Amino acid sequence: MEILVASAVGTLTAAGIYLILRMRTFPVIVGLALLSYAVNVFIFASGRLAVGLPPVLSYTAEGYTDPLTQALVLTAIVISFGMTAVIVMVALGAFLEAGTDRMDSDDEAGR
Amino acid sequence: MNHWIIAPVVLPAVLAPLIVLFMRHDLVLQRVFSLAGTIALCGVSGVLLVSASTNPPEAYFLGNWPAPFGIVLVLDRLAAVMVALTAFLALMVQLYAIGTGWDRRGQHFHALYQFQLMGICGAFLTGDAFNLFVFFEVLLIASYGLMIHGGGRARLRSGVQYVAYNLMGSTLFLFALATIYSVAGTLNLADLAERVAAMPEAETAILRVAGVLLLIVFAIKGALVPFQFWLPGTYAAAPGPVAALFAVMTKVGAYAVIRVFNLIFPPETPATGGFFAELLLPAALVTLAIGAMGVLGAASIGRLVAFGAIASMGTLFTAVAGFTPASTSAALFYLLHSTLATAALFLVADLVLARRGSEDLTQRQPPVAQEGLIAALFFVGAIALAGMPPLSGFLGKLLILDALRGPGMALIWGTVLVTSLLMIVGFARAGSLLFWKSHETLAEPEPHRPDTLAFVAVGGLVAGLVALTVAAGPVSAALGSIADELAERTPYIASNRLTEPAR
Repeated sequence: MEILVASAVGTLTAAGIYLILRMRTFPVIVGLALLSYAVNVFIFASGRLAVGLPPVLSYTAEGYTDPLTQALVLTAIVISFGMTAVIVMVALGAFLEAGTDRMDSDDEAGR
Repeated sequence: MNHWIIAPVVLPAVLAPLIVLFMRHDLVLQRVFSLAGTIALCGVSGVLLVSASTNPPEAYFLGNWPAPFGIVLVLDRLAAVMVALTAFLALMVQLYAIGTGWDRRGQHFHALYQFQLMGICGAFLTGDAFNLFVFFEVLLIASYGLMIHGGGRARLRSGVQYVAYNLMGSTLFLFALATIYSVAGTLNLADLAERVAAMPEAETAILRVAGVLLLIVFAIKGALVPFQFWLPGTYAAAPGPVAALFAVMTKVGAYAVIRVFNLIFPPETPATGGFFAELLLPAALVTLAIGAMGVLGAASIGRLVAFGAIASMGTLFTAVAGFTPASTSAALFYLLHSTLATAALFLVADLVLARRGSEDLTQRQPPVAQEGLIAALFFVGAIALAGMPPLSGFLGKLLILDALRGPGMALIWGTVLVTSLLMIVGFARAGSLLFWKSHETLAEPEPHRPDTLAFVAVGGLVAGLVALTVAAGPVSAALGSIADELAERTPYIASNRLTEPAR
């Protein structure tokens, strides 16, 4: 399971960074989303991987998994969701104003 | 528990939604309430400053959950000073925004402004690493809105770059926090400090990775080379008052470095040693050099000041990298000074821009209206940011140079002194292009509203600089005691009451 989770985080991160380097708004936004998925799985794994264990108090449980990382992931998901919405709106505004979806500065905007 | 500690977070957090919900159509009402909120923030920060300077660090346990299980805010002298600085700057910048009518050029300026203050104050007060991330996000999401306030092609395009860059920074912050959590099992700063200090050296490879990741995150915030690329475009394209407020946002990065790397990874930690200082110092010196060269070569007013801001961050991080009480104290003095100086210069640049046809420095334009006063303010701001006597920039640099005596001194002193010269030349060139060459056109200045309130705001920032210069002795003594408290670490850790049984 460790191999599976680790390679998933690695693949998501690699794909996200590749897309961000495309420097056009749509791939960049998708790349940022992939990066945030990768980091969410990574945070989850930082509390150690466990199968079938409850995170909160239970009379029958033999052990517990770390509940804190689940709370952290939840916060991170909410924030990254909001941030993605913001960048979509800003990017849309920029596209409508400038008529191009290139993010690197190729004109007077970056001088 | 002292409930005033959470007031700088709660006050703007309550005010901002009220402004959005009930005053969205009435700008006068927005201005009154937002200004009242900022003045109240100044009052609260004064109360906190007095309380922190007479008491040891004090923790505020949210929901009364004991640390490290709950989130804590910690008020120590450093946090109090930073909150007071933010409140003063926010008041002046807000007066400027109202005086020039910047807040009228788009929707929800005042609501976003209050959310921004909430994020900044929260980041200074929090005693929990994950909570620091949350407040970073609060201040960033508000800054995204403020950055594109007023719209326009260049601003929106820079806005996309700024948002994307900072989203990557946030992701990296999460990676760093998760890495730390996987090693130390806690995210409370005081608890982390104790556990990291007790960790045997053999087990700390991952911890060092996490520390470097954190340093990168804070370097992105503080515009340290090689993560400074977002700053010139963003600050040059942002509305003038917003860029001035952002002067304290880069300082949030510097504050986080001072806090985390003095508390959790001080140089005497067996696991990390002087590793971070060795990383930080060269980056800071290169930042300083690049900032100074940018000032010398800037083609527009906005980028001129933005590169000045980068250079000041370089100077600041040079002092921070010393990690001794003396250098931290000098860094704090320079931090206060450079925040005010950068903000004042951004506002002056905006005053010029509002009266001049082009932001291009080399383009010949007729003289601007109210030229004498604006030129004088530019002169004062440039002197302050370049670090020439008689203003506090000179004293700040003097303190930094004095604190960084020792090995490597030739390189540090050389870089700081040569870049100061470059900045003086750069600002002199810009000033003469803006204010002297304009008289060659023989055209009359176009009349412009006098904007009394805007000049009052810039004057207030300059008065702050003068006060910092006049009171340099007492201020640097107080900052010295803050630096001692930071180096000692135990008062901060003790305030979290980690060993006490649950109440």
